Amino acid sequence: MTGHVKRAPSAALLVALVALAALPWFGESYTLRLGTIACMYAILAVSWNVIGGMAGYPSFATAAFFGLGAYTGGVLLARGVPLVLAIATAGAVSFAAAMLLGWVLLRLRGHYFAIASLAVAEVLRELTNSATELTGGGMGLNIPLELGGGASVAYEASFFFLAMWALLLVCVLAVLAVERSRLGFGLACIRQNESAADMIGVHATLYKSLAFALSGVFVAMAGTLYAGWVHYIEPPDVYDILLAVKPIVMVLLGGLGSIIGAVIGAFVFLGIEEFVWRNWLQVHSGVLGFLIVVLLLFMPHGMVSVGKRLRRTPSVPAAGAAAQLRADSVRGAGHG
Amino acid sequence: MFLQILVNGVVLGCLYACIAAGFSLVWGVLNVINLMHGSFIVLGSYLAWGAYHSMGVSPWVTIAIAAPLFYLMGYLVQRGVLNRVMAAPVLVTLTLTFGMDLILNNAMILAFKADYRKLILDPPLGTVAWGSVVVPVDRLVATVFALVLTGALYVLLRRTRMGRAIIAVRLDRDAARLMGVDVPVTYAAAFGLGAAMAGCAGVLLALIFPISPLSSIPYLGKAFVVCVLGGLGSVPGAVLGGLVLGLVESFGAMAIGPEHAVTLSFALLIGFLVFRPQGLLGKRGFE
Repeated sequence: MTGHVKRAPSAALLVALVALAALPWFGESYTLRLGTIACMYAILAVSWNVIGGMAGYPSFATAAFFGLGAYTGGVLLARGVPLVLAIATAGAVSFAAAMLLGWVLLRLRGHYFAIASLAVAEVLRELTNSATELTGGGMGLNIPLELGGGASVAYEASFFFLAMWALLLVCVLAVLAVERSRLGFGLACIRQNESAADMIGVHATLYKSLAFALSGVFVAMAGTLYAGWVHYIEPPDVYDILLAVKPIVMVLLGGLGSIIGAVIGAFVFLGIEEFVWRNWLQVHSGVLGFLIVVLLLFMPHGMVSVGKRLRRTPSVPAAGAAAQLRADSVRGAGHG
Repeated sequence: MFLQILVNGVVLGCLYACIAAGFSLVWGVLNVINLMHGSFIVLGSYLAWGAYHSMGVSPWVTIAIAAPLFYLMGYLVQRGVLNRVMAAPVLVTLTLTFGMDLILNNAMILAFKADYRKLILDPPLGTVAWGSVVVPVDRLVATVFALVLTGALYVLLRRTRMGRAIIAVRLDRDAARLMGVDVPVTYAAAFGLGAAMAGCAGVLLALIFPISPLSSIPYLGKAFVVCVLGGLGSVPGAVLGGLVLGLVESFGAMAIGPEHAVTLSFALLIGFLVFRPQGLLGKRGFE
């Protein structure tokens, strides 16, 4: 679906992202909080898109990376390591762990890969729970982070918004670069036909592992920032399975395989989520479920589908996407 | 002590087999991982709890009510929703059943609150002892029922017309269609059977474990592990996988402490996925 690179939308996306940096000069704390979460969600969605959209592997490991990053960075921050160093370490640890895991898990396909990636978060959660001296176990981990600057609420809100925003910018630039690179081309080959890709000389195992690691590294960094931002993390919070599912929903909302779609999907998803939280707190997870069902049944190509339906002109890319979905399903059935 | 742990493991294993048999059937035949399975089980537990405490219906009778009720529910869910995405990739079906599970689980929290409830038989059934081995009678009865139910599923698949159609679709969907098997109906029947097994397992588990909407994820996790251990889509595989998991958990809990039981079972899961993804009894066929 992303076989040809679309330059205009990418440029528009970058302009919009850069403009977003002005938010601290206009918004109050609540807006900044939403903005920070929006950037975090966008990082999760864009990252997932590398393994899920570009390589076509249904990964549920986002929660594992987020928790790993939150705890690696959180433990370091709690010991007084500077924020930038903590983020870098979390990214490096997650990259290494993902390369290692990827080498093993990415031999699986379809359901088996999905479950194995889901299980990683469960194992990490239990390990975090039982390593009480290091992580505080089920009691959670307090992260007292001194930022300086008078430590006012407004300053802190702006600081973490800008930090998360900068991370999103780096993440989007990195993924855009990957999409245009040899790696991105190789991943598209793998998505379409892995055996054929292997045969024409794409080092599938290495490429897939790299994609998996890329889908983890920025998520882990976002996890560290999140830990520093909320000052307190606990295993059920940062290894939440919803953290693995929400990015998928965001990407599907924006259209599978497109970076700009992932960012827009994340923002729209947050908008819906916030609206539901405000109005129907008791049933927010049910409404989220309903949204997922409607999305998957009636909008298979994300929000673009709505426009297509209204115009009633089946365009060529849509047909290509449908064929892609079918091809994937045949492959999934063969190995699942 | 060894004997006691062995018995505990076997009791647990039979219950796990019953939890996983329906899940395995749906996964094997429809190629869909039904993430609602855990919530179906909890719903079955609530049915048993409600029937016993508000109407005085014994759980043994509730099983007979739960089976057709859950079958119907599963049949309708498959025909109404899942059937629309049967040709879609793994990601879509997984996420879809996840979304439906969110709805179902939220509905249960609204209806029953998240408090833990317990079905308490009056009078209690007590315990039996052979030498040093002590087993609560309610567990024993639940285990026997779990085995009977799993056996019934096996017989149903081997002996009935519907069962043979399900197996045929699993082996080769296109050939089955050419032989005149109505594939969508067969899918719905298989999904209905899976739901019925989950509901009945839930009724049995209500006798032993506290009931809460929060239990659905752990039940689902067990079903996953058992399926991967035993091999996908086979009843004997589910029984073997269930027994292995039950024994590993009870011996593992003694050896390295009960707090590591979940880590152990998931480590087992990943190990099997990587080194023997077809499971202990894995074959393409379904017997």
